[in-house]
Amino acid sequence: MTVSFRALMGVPLLLAFAGTASAETTITVATVNNGDMIRMQRLMPDFYAKHPDIKVEWVTLEENVLRQRVTTDIASKGGQYDVLTIGNYEVPIWAKQNWLLPLENLGADYDQADLLPQVAQGLTVDGKLYAVPFYAESSMLMYRTDLLEKAGLKMPENPDWAFITEAAAKMTDKGAGVYGMCLRGKAGWGENMAFLTSMNNSMGGRWFDMEWKPQFDSAEWKKTLDTYLKLMTEYGPPGASSNGFNENLALFQTGKCGMWIDATVAASFISNPKESKVADKVGFAPAPVREGGKNHGNWLWSWNLAIPATSSKADAAKTFVAWATSPAYTALVAEKDGIANVPPGTRTSLYENPEYLKVAPFAKMTLTAIQSANTQHPSDQDVPYTGGQFVAIPEFQAIGTTVGQQFSAALAGRSSAAQALTAAQALTSREMTRAGYPK
Amino acid sequence: MATQASRTAGRLMLSPAVLLLFLWMIVPLGMTIYFSFLRFNLLMPGTETFTGLENYYYFFTDPAFWPALTNTLVLVFAVLAITVIGGTGLAVLLDQPMWGQGIVRILVIAPFFVMPSVSALVWKNMLMNPVNGLFAAAAHALGLPAFDFFADAPMASIVAIVAWQWLPFATLILFTAIQSLDREQMEAAEMDGAGPIWRFVHLTVPHLMRAMTVVVLIQTIFLLSVFAEILVTTNGGPGTASTTLTFLVYMQSMLQFDVGLGSAGGIVAVILANIVAIFLMRMIGKNLEG
Repeated sequence: MTVSFRALMGVPLLLAFAGTASAETTITVATVNNGDMIRMQRLMPDFYAKHPDIKVEWVTLEENVLRQRVTTDIASKGGQYDVLTIGNYEVPIWAKQNWLLPLENLGADYDQADLLPQVAQGLTVDGKLYAVPFYAESSMLMYRTDLLEKAGLKMPENPDWAFITEAAAKMTDKGAGVYGMCLRGKAGWGENMAFLTSMNNSMGGRWFDMEWKPQFDSAEWKKTLDTYLKLMTEYGPPGASSNGFNENLALFQTGKCGMWIDATVAASFISNPKESKVADKVGFAPAPVREGGKNHGNWLWSWNLAIPATSSKADAAKTFVAWATSPAYTALVAEKDGIANVPPGTRTSLYENPEYLKVAPFAKMTLTAIQSANTQHPSDQDVPYTGGQFVAIPEFQAIGTTVGQQFSAALAGRSSAAQALTAAQALTSREMTRAGYPK
Repeated sequence: MATQASRTAGRLMLSPAVLLLFLWMIVPLGMTIYFSFLRFNLLMPGTETFTGLENYYYFFTDPAFWPALTNTLVLVFAVLAITVIGGTGLAVLLDQPMWGQGIVRILVIAPFFVMPSVSALVWKNMLMNPVNGLFAAAAHALGLPAFDFFADAPMASIVAIVAWQWLPFATLILFTAIQSLDREQMEAAEMDGAGPIWRFVHLTVPHLMRAMTVVVLIQTIFLLSVFAEILVTTNGGPGTASTTLTFLVYMQSMLQFDVGLGSAGGIVAVILANIVAIFLMRMIGKNLEG
């Protein structure tokens, strides 16, 4: 009786010991609900096995919502998150505000020199890396080889918009639910405007001239919007004005799209037989150029992990960031899900790995697209800004979204192309005046 | 019986609660008013400057302002009309004796308990989607082309979703009221030779007026701030076709990170909501005095 009583008395003491031994640091990671990030959450047991003292809580959100939460939190110094998933649009702007911690000493096996220079450059401010890329993407054309063959066409090495329009017309079979072209139509600077800005770059257009005067009254923008509307209204799926990346991915995977111009990262999802009905019939080509032009206008986007200056658990956060973006993580994905599914576009070594090149038919095209993205001089004309599918100024989110609304309305048939361009010109001029440009 | 002293003591005891409630209301409102006079963009901290009424000028001249105001009124009045008329009809139907009455009543009321964002998702992806939705499948079965609800009739689609959600509320209130209708009066009217329509117009409707007033007032308060349904389905688009004032304020403050402009919009929305409320009170408030 007494013995067992004493033993019982000891239990709380033991529990207290156990409690101190496993004093965990809990970090909160905000991330976007894209496939690669969902996979990372599934692979967390590996991280916990290596770092039992760190616990990770996830806040997984859709892109627009994530951006809004993360921006509000960091701008108001809320300190809710320890790791942020942000794009290369935000990194330089935020780093200059001292909102991010520089990322140094990520461990001996991190191999920072292996990061693709084009990608790392966008994340570096004053020689310091402020975020590390989780995956990076450019844009390219993905198409159904079987439908193209049936249409009696052959994909040229550098397709132009005229060829694309012709091919879209021939591939469309609305009765069978096959649409020649799927493109983004959902309003947003990171949705339809990402595509339209890079398409406009390929047409030789630009957002602003050297005096920061908006250029929506130019012939290039007119050509861009006319081509886009023709493609989408005649050969696009119904409801296109609410389609973003994920909606188009689902359409392509279920065999409803003939062609799709979007992020290179989609390639691994559409050629994965487990997720895609058309996995064995996909081909890849560079994003289209204008007739006689050379500018593919392809974008450069990377989803990166960064640590906000407000985080009180920067060390644990850094451990996590290093784990998620290291070569070891790549190896882990390769082991669990197959090497074709590793996060693409961030490391040179991946594109030198013969195993990867063998199973990923899109690897070469992805690398070429990323390397040919010119964010310093996105247009053939002179521009006062940098950025491929965006203009790297803080006002761009507001302007891009309102202009995107106009173009989305034109796609839905609620206004004409001319009306949309006039409205875009007026709205952009207004916002730029309000923001005090030229600065 | 309360003496002068005990009444004073009572007031003293109450004052902390009253003060707290007052602060609860006045601090956010005061801050919003203060922000609305600043040029304040979250992305450019440290550049806040006093700009007077500039934010209000930009809010009223925003090309989305008039469509947003119109859409707000369309949403409120259309949903009110559908729910009050439909609710009365359903209440009368539910009042009839029928088999399985309990289950039918529960089913009719069920939509009210679905969260707005969930019901919007169901409507968007499972019913109204032009490629995979139920309505599209039905149209195909009839040999018709699918209708793209959110692109071609965005406001009507949102009105339908919101009305579907609020119809049970109106039905519930009106049904409760109808049950207190005097049966003997009904029978007397019937004996006097009044047909069902006459009885409905001259007995049921006047009896329900007070309940309808309650429905209209309560719903107006909630309908002015409808947000999740728009965010999930159309995102205010295409263009500004389904942007309401609430959504416009959200866009300016949360998507464009313009705190100044968003606050100005918020103040304008508060003022407009008060105008609508006063207008409604005047119009139907008589019924409450009755």
